[in-house]
Amino acid sequence: MKLLIKKGHVIDVKTGLDKVLDILIDNGNVVQIENDIDSDGCEVIEAKGMYVVPGLVDAHCHLRDPGFEYKEDIASGTRSAAKGGFTSIACMPNTNPVIDNEAMIMYILNKSKTEGVVNVYPIGAVSKGLKGEELSEIGELKFSGAVALSDDGRPVNSSSLMKKAMQYASMFDITIISHCEDLDLVDEGLMNEGYYSSILGLKGNPAPAEEVMIARDLILAEYTKATIHIAHVSTELGVDLIRNAKRRGVKVTAETCPHYFSLTDQACEGFNTNAKVNPPLRTQKDVDAIIEGLKDDTIDMISTDHAPHHRDEKNVEFKLAANGMVGFETAFPLAITYLVKPGHLSLKELVWKMCLNPSIMLGLNKGTIEIGASADILIFDINERNTVNIEKFESKSKNSPFNGFKLYGQPQYTIVNGKPIVKEKTLLF
Amino acid sequence: MNKYMNLKSKDLLGLRDISPEEIEYILNTAKTMKYILTTNNKKTAHLQGKSIITLFYENSTRTRLSFELASKYMGASSANISASSSSVQKGETLIDTGKTIDSMGSDVIVIRHPMSGAPHLLARNVKSSVINAGDGMNEHPTQALLDMFTIIEKKGSLKGLKVAIIGDILHSRVARSNIWGMTKLGAEVSISGPATLIPPGIERLGVNVLSTVQEAILDADVVMCLRIQLERQKKALFPTVREYSRFFGIDDKRLKLAKEDAFVMHPGPVNRGVELSSAVMDGERSLINEQVTNGVAVRMALLYLLTRRGSGNEVID
Repeated sequence: MKLLIKKGHVIDVKTGLDKVLDILIDNGNVVQIENDIDSDGCEVIEAKGMYVVPGLVDAHCHLRDPGFEYKEDIASGTRSAAKGGFTSIACMPNTNPVIDNEAMIMYILNKSKTEGVVNVYPIGAVSKGLKGEELSEIGELKFSGAVALSDDGRPVNSSSLMKKAMQYASMFDITIISHCEDLDLVDEGLMNEGYYSSILGLKGNPAPAEEVMIARDLILAEYTKATIHIAHVSTELGVDLIRNAKRRGVKVTAETCPHYFSLTDQACEGFNTNAKVNPPLRTQKDVDAIIEGLKDDTIDMISTDHAPHHRDEKNVEFKLAANGMVGFETAFPLAITYLVKPGHLSLKELVWKMCLNPSIMLGLNKGTIEIGASADILIFDINERNTVNIEKFESKSKNSPFNGFKLYGQPQYTIVNGKPIVKEKTLLF
Repeated sequence: MNKYMNLKSKDLLGLRDISPEEIEYILNTAKTMKYILTTNNKKTAHLQGKSIITLFYENSTRTRLSFELASKYMGASSANISASSSSVQKGETLIDTGKTIDSMGSDVIVIRHPMSGAPHLLARNVKSSVINAGDGMNEHPTQALLDMFTIIEKKGSLKGLKVAIIGDILHSRVARSNIWGMTKLGAEVSISGPATLIPPGIERLGVNVLSTVQEAILDADVVMCLRIQLERQKKALFPTVREYSRFFGIDDKRLKLAKEDAFVMHPGPVNRGVELSSAVMDGERSLINEQVTNGVAVRMALLYLLTRRGSGNEVID
C-alpha cells in the first residue's frame, strides 16, 4: 500500500525543500514530491498545518541491551525513539558484554531487525572492554557495521592510547566519538562545581575537567589528522576550544544535548537525582554559550545521550544515584521550545542539527527527504503544546528532569522506512 | 510572638529552609529547656509517649549523646541504630531502613549521614519527623542552633554582630548551617581559610570572603574555628598542619585583633594547637564547653516542638 502525506510543510536541507507539498511513499521509499498528488489507492496522512521533516537521527544513545535490560532494551528503546521522532539511532557500546567485536555488532544489528522499530546503528568500543588499555579490533568493527567508535561513559584516559586510536581509526575512515572527562579533575565530583554545589554541599565537578580533555583530543586530532567528534559539550570554554580548532582546520564535529541548552545546575536543587548527569548541568553562562555555538555551527548536532536508569538507581542518595537521563521523548520538543521558538535557530537549522549532520557524521544515507531515499519522516505541529508526563514514556525508565514541562512540537507521526510507527502521537507497534 | 506555635515543616533538614521567626522560636524554647537542665531534677514529661530514634551512619560522640540525653530528660522512649551494626551492612537502602523504623511507630528519626541530602531523601519517604544531625558537607542545623543560642546568651542578640568563621569551609556542614542561620538573624559573617577550602560562589550568601585570617577576625565579636580534618592534607588541599596552624590558627596574639570582649567557639572535636592554641581553648574567652551544654537544651527544644506538631496550634508564618 502506498502512503501519501498530504499538504504538509516539507523542510529538507539536503534538497532545499521548504514549502507545502505532498509526498508519496511506495515500497518504503519516497517516490514523488509534488503538489496535489492523486490519493487513489493510498493511505493518506493529512498533514495540513504541520511540518514534515526527515526522521531524526541520534548519534548518541544508550539502549542498555545486552546486560542492563531492566533499564532498557532494543524493543523499548527503539519505541521510545520512534515516539520522539527518531528514525535512526546510534547506540553506545557500554553494554555487558561490551560492543567491542563483530559478534556483538551482529547481536545489535540482528536484534534491532527483529525487535526494533527504528534503524539502529551500533557504535563500537575504542578499547577492548572499555578498559582504556588496548585497542579493540577497529577494522573488524568497521566492516561488521560499526558506524563510529567510542568508549562513552568513560574517557580514554591514556593520551597515548587515544593518539594511537586516532591514527589507527583514520586508516578505516571511522570517527572516534570522544567522551571528554579528566577523571583526576572530576575527583568524585557529583554536580557542576559552583554556587549550587556549594550551597547543597555536594562535591563539585569543575568545568575544566571537561575542557582539559576536549583540548587534549583536539590537539591529538590536529596532530594525527584524524576525524573526531566531541560528545555532549556542556561548557562555554569547551565550545570556544572547538570553534578555534575548526578554524585551524581540525576535522572535528561536536554535539550537545537538550539538557545543556534548557537547564542549569540549579535543577539539582532539592537533591534532584533526575538532574544528575555527566557532564553535569552547568551555569546560565554555559547555556548561553552552547546556544551561541549551535547558532554559529561550532556545535553541529544535537544528540539525546538517552541514558535510561531504573528508579531504584535514582531514588537514592544523590551521591549514589546513577548519572544520566532519558532523552528520546523530550529531545525534539525541547529543541523546538528552547531553540526554535525563541528564534535562536530556524527550523531549517534544526533539521541540519538533528537530521542531516548526524547522518553525515555517522556515514549514513539518512536525514533527508528525497526521491529514492528510504522514507524516514517526522511530522509535527509546532504550535501544539503538551505537558511532559514521564509515566507515559515508552522507555522502560522514567529518569527525566522534564516531567511537567510544557513543550511545543511533540511528534505526531514517525514514519520509518515507509511504515508509520507513530500515528497521531500514538505508537502503533 | 504567640507562645504556642508550631514549626511549618514536619522535619528540620537545614537552616536554609526555615524562617528567622522559626529559628527565634526554637531558641526561645531552648531557654526554658536550659533552665530545666540547671535544676536538680532533670526530668520532664514533654516527650512522654514519644519515641525518638537516632540513626547514625557516621561516628559521633557529642551530637548523638546530646540527642539521646535530650530525649531521656524529657521522658521519651529512645533507641539508637548505628550503620555498623544494622541491616545497612546487609545492603539495605536508606529508604527501606527508614520505612522499617517508621513502621515501628517512631515519632522522630535523628539521622547523621556522610552524604549530603540523605536526610531529605529519608524525610520524603517516612511519616516520622526527621532531624538532620549532619549530612555530608551540607548542613548540621542543630549545631548552628546551639552556636547561635550560645552567642545570643552572651551578647543578647546576633543582630549587627561580627562573626568570623575560620577554616575548612568547603567541607563544613557546620559552617553552612551557621551561615544560613546567622545571616538570617542579622549577623555580619566573614569567612577565611585556605583558598582550596573555600566553596565557590559562597559570597552570594551574603558573607565576606577574606583571604587572611587577620582581616576576617579584625573587630570580630565572635571567632568560630572549624575542625581541620587531617585527611584533607593527603588530598593536597593544604600542605601541612604546621602551615595551616601558622596561617589560620588562633592564638592569644592573633586573637587581639578581635574585639576585646570577643568569644571563641569551636564545634569540636578540637585539634589542640592546630585550629586553636591550648591557651585560647582553655582560656576565659572560650565558649566550647557552654556550646556542649546548650546543645542539649536546643535539641530538647527541637524534639519538643517537632513532636508537638499536629496538636492544633497555629503554624508560624
